[in-house]
Amino acid sequence: MTAVRVLVGTRKGAFILTADASRRDWEIEGPYFAGWEVYHVSGSPADPDRLYASQVSDWFGQVIHRSDDGGKTWNTVSNDFNYLGEVGTHQWYDGSQKPWEFKRVWRLEPSLDDPHTVWAGVEDAALFRTTDGGETWEELPGLRHHDTGPNWMPGAGGMCLHTIMLDPGRPQHLTIAISAAGCFRSEDGGASWTPANAGLVSKMLPDPEAEVGHCVHKLAFHPDHPETLFMQKHWDVMRSDDAGATWRRISGNLPSDFGFPIAVHAHEPETVYVVPLKSDSERYPVDGKLRVYRSTSGGDDWEPLTRGLPQEHAYVSVLRDAMAVDQLDPCGVYLGTTGGQVYVSPDGGDHWQAIAEHLPTVLSVEVQTL
Amino acid sequence: MSEANRVEVLLPLLLSRLARTGASVRLEVAAPVTQRRVLEALEETFPALGGTTRDRATGQRRAYLRLFACGEDWSDRPLDDELPEAVANGREPYMIVGAMSGG
Repeated sequence: MTAVRVLVGTRKGAFILTADASRRDWEIEGPYFAGWEVYHVSGSPADPDRLYASQVSDWFGQVIHRSDDGGKTWNTVSNDFNYLGEVGTHQWYDGSQKPWEFKRVWRLEPSLDDPHTVWAGVEDAALFRTTDGGETWEELPGLRHHDTGPNWMPGAGGMCLHTIMLDPGRPQHLTIAISAAGCFRSEDGGASWTPANAGLVSKMLPDPEAEVGHCVHKLAFHPDHPETLFMQKHWDVMRSDDAGATWRRISGNLPSDFGFPIAVHAHEPETVYVVPLKSDSERYPVDGKLRVYRSTSGGDDWEPLTRGLPQEHAYVSVLRDAMAVDQLDPCGVYLGTTGGQVYVSPDGGDHWQAIAEHLPTVLSVEVQTL
Repeated sequence: MSEANRVEVLLPLLLSRLARTGASVRLEVAAPVTQRRVLEALEETFPALGGTTRDRATGQRRAYLRLFACGEDWSDRPLDDELPEAVANGREPYMIVGAMSGG
């Protein structure tokens, strides 16, 4: 592995940032899809030149592009995301029931071993899959048809399925998360699902320990330890050691445990990163200091990482999909901000440098290690 | 057999880029020329534009798009209403316009 390619989705297009393994000098290309909100750009682990991108516009709806040459050229593929079977209803903000309505694709998760297969997490929450490189998409309706579906409700950002985790050793095992329904597991390739929220406590809910309704912001895991999951919930940083069957709080000494992204070090399964924000009402870094917090003990004990990050007048946020790690040694950590900065730490978080400073609001960051 | 018409359609920037064409396209549309037939001909000629002017599930015009013909707003007229003859014969364009909003 000699290089990294960082795929950045922003409010007004996508950017591709590349560097060699030193990660010192960067080239920035873009914007691709100028003017479109790019929710996610992802690369196939099976074929790094195969990329997928989700573009959305309030004017023109959803578009999906595919690249077969590492992002040099792109072609549209299908944007037809039709819910299968009965559409059904979910809970709306006022407690009434509202029919499911497709709005956008938040997440494109390529298969670990087939470049033509991609899982798509959409708003209103549902899971789709293509097995032909995006030419057609088919819903796996067992998730949306779950008995608890009528109790799901949108978070402030919409009722989005934002996390899809594929277990490398057990291809039939999937874990997904929806804001604000919670975490769900499937052990049959997505045909049927089980809520996985035991141990989550959300004080804003009528039943704080309800089976569903939790505003899970992001999940992360290390592929060598698929039973251990980490979660940034609306409030609370959580950990599960039984693949989501039960959760416990690991916020420990964080200055705030409200935040969006969470990531796990590529080579240290107990090293976890979060970006605390002051509160759900304020949503900016505590004390105006952009600090990533790292735990090297799997939670509870956290240290602030500050070198190279702005430590005064920093009121940007880091959204749920805007933090990622590469596979190099030492592991690189990347984050993008609502202020358009992209930062990299090539040494696991000890030192940071800005590799882009004036992009549009960053919605997502993915890293390919080439 | 219905007569084919050459209809000019003006596209907003992002749609013309998506279709990899210019701001103005000419489409063969069978008579009677209606908005539905123009939009269907547009998507058939430029598959990348499928679902971009109308919601795929409901068929409804996207809320932030307006549709104009001969200086009149046709956005809320039935899709099967016949467009003016000047549009049908290509003397006046059918315009797809993105609402001026956003930041």
